Amino acid sequence: MVRFGASVAVVLLLATGLRAQDARVLRWGGDAEGGAPFVEADPKQPDRVVGFDVEIAALIARDLGREPQFVQILFTSLDQSAARGDFDIGLSGIEDTPARRRTLAATIPYYEFHEVLTVRSADRDRLKTLADLGGRRVATLGGTIAYELLLAAERDHGITAVSYDDDVHPYGDLLNGRVDAVLLDHVLAERTMRRLTGLYTHHNPVAIGHYIGVLAPENTGLRDRIDAVLRAAMRDGRLEAIFRKWNVWSDDEAAFFLHVLAGADVQATDVPGSTPQSSWEMTRRYLPSFLTAAAVTLVLSCASMALAIAVGVLLAVGRVYGRRWLRGAIILYVEVVRGTPVLLQLFIIYYGFAEIVRLPAFVAALVGLGLNYAAYESEIYRSALEAVPRGQLEAARVLGFSDSQTLRLIRGPQAFRLALAPMTNDFVAMLKDSSLVSVLTVMELTKQTQIFATNLGSWVIPGALCAALYLAMSLPLSQLARRLESRWKAATAS
Amino acid sequence: MEGGDGVMSAALRITGLRLNRGAREVLCDVSFDVAPGAIVALMGLSGSGKTTVLRAIAGLETFNAGAIAVGPATLAPGPLSASSRSATAGQVGMVFQFHHLFEHLTAMDNICLAPVHVQRRSRQDAETAARALLDDLGVATRAGALPRELSGGEAQRVAIARALATNPPLLLLDEPTASLDPARRGELGSTLRQLASAGRALLVTCHDVTFVREFATECVILADGCVVERGNPRTVLDNPTHDATRALLRITSQ
Repeated sequence: MVRFGASVAVVLLLATGLRAQDARVLRWGGDAEGGAPFVEADPKQPDRVVGFDVEIAALIARDLGREPQFVQILFTSLDQSAARGDFDIGLSGIEDTPARRRTLAATIPYYEFHEVLTVRSADRDRLKTLADLGGRRVATLGGTIAYELLLAAERDHGITAVSYDDDVHPYGDLLNGRVDAVLLDHVLAERTMRRLTGLYTHHNPVAIGHYIGVLAPENTGLRDRIDAVLRAAMRDGRLEAIFRKWNVWSDDEAAFFLHVLAGADVQATDVPGSTPQSSWEMTRRYLPSFLTAAAVTLVLSCASMALAIAVGVLLAVGRVYGRRWLRGAIILYVEVVRGTPVLLQLFIIYYGFAEIVRLPAFVAALVGLGLNYAAYESEIYRSALEAVPRGQLEAARVLGFSDSQTLRLIRGPQAFRLALAPMTNDFVAMLKDSSLVSVLTVMELTKQTQIFATNLGSWVIPGALCAALYLAMSLPLSQLARRLESRWKAATAS
Repeated sequence: MEGGDGVMSAALRITGLRLNRGAREVLCDVSFDVAPGAIVALMGLSGSGKTTVLRAIAGLETFNAGAIAVGPATLAPGPLSASSRSATAGQVGMVFQFHHLFEHLTAMDNICLAPVHVQRRSRQDAETAARALLDDLGVATRAGALPRELSGGEAQRVAIARALATNPPLLLLDEPTASLDPARRGELGSTLRQLASAGRALLVTCHDVTFVREFATECVILADGCVVERGNPRTVLDNPTHDATRALLRITSQ
C-alpha cells in the first residue's frame, strides 16, 4: 500500500504540474531502483542517473534535437504511466511482450537478452535446465517474461516459481539456500556474478527476449522517429559503443543488430500458452491464481491478526499491570514498531535475520505483520482497559475477586466492547497492508493483480477483480462487527 | 452460612482510625462498633469523611493508624496485603452510592458472579439463591435485565442483592437514600430492618434525619473526620450537643 501510494502520488504530481509538453525536451521515464547497467543513481552524484538506458535516452534526445529529462517512475508503473502520457518514452530494460505491443506504441527492440539460469556453484553439473529443477524453488522478478517461463515450468516440470519484487534478493536467497536457482536476464545475472561468489550462470539461454522503449499508444509519430534514430545508431556504431562501455556487448548483439537493420521481423517474446487472444480468455486463465492469491491474503491476514491480538493483549496487560521495567520495555517496543515502516520490519525479519534463522516467507510475513499490528492493538486494548470505570473495579474488589479474575470476568469483557470498533478497523487495514509481503516473495492478491495487469496490458479487469475480492473479504468482517456492536448497544439502550 | 463463632461480639469494631491524605487529616481517631442486628447511621455534612470510613472498611482505602476488625479479620494500617483482602472478602458487602453494577452483565449474572467465582459455589446453587434474594427485594422480574435497563431504585435493590449474595455478616451502604423519593425511602428502610433482624450488621451513611430517626438503631455524627456525637438517634437528633449536629439538622429541615 505504501509503495502503491507513493507511485500514485508521483503520477498525480506529473499529471498536474508537468503534463504540459515542451517540444524541446524529451521526457523519458525509468526506474533508478532497477540499478546498473540500466538506470541507476550516479554513485558520485546521487541526484543524477547513469546507465546504458540513460545514454540511449540522451542519444535519442540529441538526434531529435531535444534535451533529455529523466522522470523517476516505479518499474511496475511504467506501462500505465506511458499509456497516460506522463513521459514521452519509457526506457528501463523494458521487455518486448505481446501485451506491450498490443497496448502501447513500442519502439523496435534495441537490445537482445538471454533468460539465463543461475545456480549455486556446487549444483552447476546437476541443475542445468528448468527440467532438472523439478520439485525445487526457482526465483525471479514477478511480472516478467522469466516469471511466465517459471509458471510454465511449474506446469511442465513441477518446479515452484517464487516471485520477488526486486532483482537483487533472488540471488542472495539463492546463496543462502531459500531457492535453488534464479532465472533472469543475462545482464542482471552477469552483474550479480561480478558482485557475488559461489554462484554459476549457465550460458545456454532458456529463452530470448528484447528490450524496447514504450510510448503512449497514440504517440506513433514520435515512435516512428525514435525507431529511425535507433536504426541509425545501430548502423553507425553509436549503440554498440554504449553497450560496450557498460560491458553488455557480445557477438550475439552484433548479429541481432544486422537482423533488425535487414528489416527482418523480430517477434515479441511469448511464453507458450501464457498469452491467449482475448482478455476474457486471459481472465478465465488467471482466475484460479487470483482466488489462490486472495486466499493467501485472507489466511495471512487472519493469522497475523490472531497473532497481533494475542501479543497485543499481553502487551496491554503488561502495560497496565506490570512493574515499571516491564512497562518501560513495552513502551519502547510499541514506539519502535509504530515509529518505523512495516516494510523495513518485514525486510529485517526475512532478509536481515536470514543468517540466524531462515524463516519461510509466509511465516516471516505472518510474524512481521503480526508483531507490527500487535503494537497498535496493544495501545487500543490499553486505552480500553483504562477506560473501564474505576467503580467497576472497586465493586469487584469488595466482592473478593483477585486481580486476574477481575481482568478476566469484568475489565477484559468491558474493554473488549470498547476495543471492537478500532479492532475491526485494523483488521480491514491488515487485509490491505498484507499486500506489502510480496517483497518477501509471498504471492498475495495485489501482486497477482499487478502481474495479471502487466501480462494483459490493462488494469481495468485485474483492478476490478482485485477490488471485488478485497471487498468480499472486508465487508463481511465489518458487517459482523457492526452486528456485534448493535447487539451490545441494543442491550444497553433502555 | 458462617452464622458467627458463638461469641456475641461486634460485627465491626473500629478503633482509633486515622487517615491522612498528604498533610490533610481526613479521619482523626474514629472509633465505634456495629453489633449484629444493628443499623448504624454514619451522619455528617459533605466532606466530613463518612464515605471514607466505609471505603476503609471495604478495603478500598489504606489508613495511617488504628484498626478495623471485621468479624475474625483485622485490617491494619499500611498497604492492603492479598491475605487480608481474602480474609475480609466474605465478611463485608458494599452497596455503592452509584451501585457500580457490572455493566456488561444482567442483574442475575451480577449477583451470581462472586458466589460462583470467589466462593466456588455451583452455578445452579448461586442462581437459586440469587432468585430468592431478588424475590425478597421485589425485583424478581428484572433478573434478565442489564444495569442500564434498570431504574435507580431497581438498580439499588439489585446492588443490595449482589452485596448479600456472598452472605457477608456486615453490609455497608453509601448514601442509599440519596436518589430515592420519600416513598421509596420507606421501602428501603423496611428492607434494611428485615436484614438487620436476620442478624446482619448494617452501617449506612446518610444525611436524611427523618430516615435515620425512623430506621437506625444508633447514629454516629462525623465532623471534619472526627466523631462528635453518638448514641440513640432520637436522643442525639432531638437534643444535639454539637454544632455539627445542629448544622446537619438545619440543612435537612430546610
